[in-house]
Amino acid sequence: MHATTVRTVLAGGLVVALLLAAGLAMPDWLLFLATMAISHGVVSLGVVVMMRAGVVSFGQGFVFAAGGYAAALVANQWGVGDALLLLLAGGVAAVVLSLPFAPLLARYRGIFFAMLTLAISMVLYGILLKSVALGGSDGFNVGRPTLFGASIDGRANFVLYGIAVVVVGLLAIATRIYGDSVRGLVSLAIRENELRVEYLGASVRRAIAANYLIAAFLGGVGGALTLLALGHIDPMFSYWTTSGEFVFVAILAGHHSVLAVFVASFIVEVVRSFSNLYFPSTWQLAMGVFLLVVIRFLPRGLGSLWADRRPRAAPAVEAVAMKEAVR
Amino acid sequence: MLALTILIDGVVYASWLFIVALGLTLVFGVLKILNIAHGSFYAVGAYATASFVGWFGALGLAPEWSLLAMVLAAIAVAALLAPLVERGLLRAFYGRDEVLLVLVTYALFLILEDVTKLIWGATPYYVSDPYMLFGTVEFGLLSYVGYDFMLVAMAIVCGIGVWWGLNRTRTGKIVLAVIHSDEIASSMGVNVSRIYRFAFMFGIFLAALAGALTAPMVSVQPGLSVGVIVVSFAVVIIGGLGSIEGAAIGALIVGLARALAVHTWPAAELFSIYVAMAAVLVFRPEGLFQRLQARKI
Repeated sequence: MHATTVRTVLAGGLVVALLLAAGLAMPDWLLFLATMAISHGVVSLGVVVMMRAGVVSFGQGFVFAAGGYAAALVANQWGVGDALLLLLAGGVAAVVLSLPFAPLLARYRGIFFAMLTLAISMVLYGILLKSVALGGSDGFNVGRPTLFGASIDGRANFVLYGIAVVVVGLLAIATRIYGDSVRGLVSLAIRENELRVEYLGASVRRAIAANYLIAAFLGGVGGALTLLALGHIDPMFSYWTTSGEFVFVAILAGHHSVLAVFVASFIVEVVRSFSNLYFPSTWQLAMGVFLLVVIRFLPRGLGSLWADRRPRAAPAVEAVAMKEAVR
Repeated sequence: MLALTILIDGVVYASWLFIVALGLTLVFGVLKILNIAHGSFYAVGAYATASFVGWFGALGLAPEWSLLAMVLAAIAVAALLAPLVERGLLRAFYGRDEVLLVLVTYALFLILEDVTKLIWGATPYYVSDPYMLFGTVEFGLLSYVGYDFMLVAMAIVCGIGVWWGLNRTRTGKIVLAVIHSDEIASSMGVNVSRIYRFAFMFGIFLAALAGALTAPMVSVQPGLSVGVIVVSFAVVIIGGLGSIEGAAIGALIVGLARALAVHTWPAAELFSIYVAMAAVLVFRPEGLFQRLQARKI
């Protein structure tokens, strides 16, 4: 095995073990908060996977809702209670639903990619809102899941947190390994200059389509996990403001570190719940100011604080400075 | 008869959309910012109209004056907010990645959502005076509120006005030059920064005007901005970002698609818009009126 892979697996395993141990000492409210941070963070991780190739999806609500609704339906219609199976169902359903869009979206970049993904998620929102069978705008409830056939009723918060940590931990490790693989590095090259990548013989569209599907799986699992933690689902899962928050976390994290995504997600959850508690009418204001400060002063995200500390090339800085001077 | 209903409803809705999208596309053309907060300025315009019409009413002026109140409200919003936002915020982010700029305006949208709630509260406002001014119009068995047709007229006036301003005036031609390339324009001695301020203010004026025109037709309450944003995005994407003809055609396509859905398959109302957008983009990836750009190596 490659040395980087070994290091990733060891570091990832260590973080998962530490988080599990920490979970034993956490109060219920913090467990729930952390579970939400992880289940949203894994969706943002998908956005980061796409961001590495320079495209940003403003419609991850689509896979988030697809995964959530799929898991909810599997649980309610087929009576499947096992949490792990439901997570798998969410991820697979999101990939299957995304498959037809992948080759189409791979043709678009920048604003157009962002807006098309947004449109797809809003189409799903429209459908969910009008579907009586799925509860319309109210959505519906799902019972508590089981784990390997055993009931988790006594310590539900901790067990769900543990499932989130382990499953998402594995996905995060896999994502990191993918990021260090040839295809993952090609993504970074596409971000720099896609025409050159094509001249070198790699397929840009295939890489972007693959990233989109990986992000779909991560988003679907995130949706299913959120559903299990909340016990409820409604069309807001697919609304554009939900998608906006995933991009928010991805930008806050930057594309240099997988761990940063979850740190960012946790910070956002904490900021959200505390501002909800202490200034309920102005929490959006707080989030907005927070976001602006991050974009202004940490343009490459939280991850740039500890990963990828290469100095920026001087000519690029000069070019930017010249542009700014013009304005 | 059904076709006529769809046509009229579609055109009325398209007129409203066009006024919103015109400001959005203009701001994108000049500043290269796809402004999510455009919907917030629209909402602020509607709220300001509620206040202005209320004050005019308190002064004892006749209902006709409420039309003036609407325009004044839009001007006030643009004059107050545009310099604040453009100079105070956006200037710090010029030249950054387009998608990052979308996120900056998303943050602005979040902030303005709460600011409007802080100023105007969460209770709905009703501005019915202007809506009644134009009576009703009969088309055989169909009866329409005259105000709807005033909206169509306003859209035509705005569209022709902006087209004329851009193509037939000196300032307009300078704006076109900046849209084409701000660096070349600036090397020719154009004060690009002034054009930015001007275009942004005008874009916000159009957003606020659309809000002002909408205020009499709905109850003005929180949540007004959210729905507008994505729909107006769909319009400018269909038309090609930065294109005024495109915004007009895009508004018509979206307006008619929605009217068709409402009258034949109501459940599809919400997503008919996005299906129309996706259908256009599949065949014209850059929108209908966008010139192809060379890729840089």
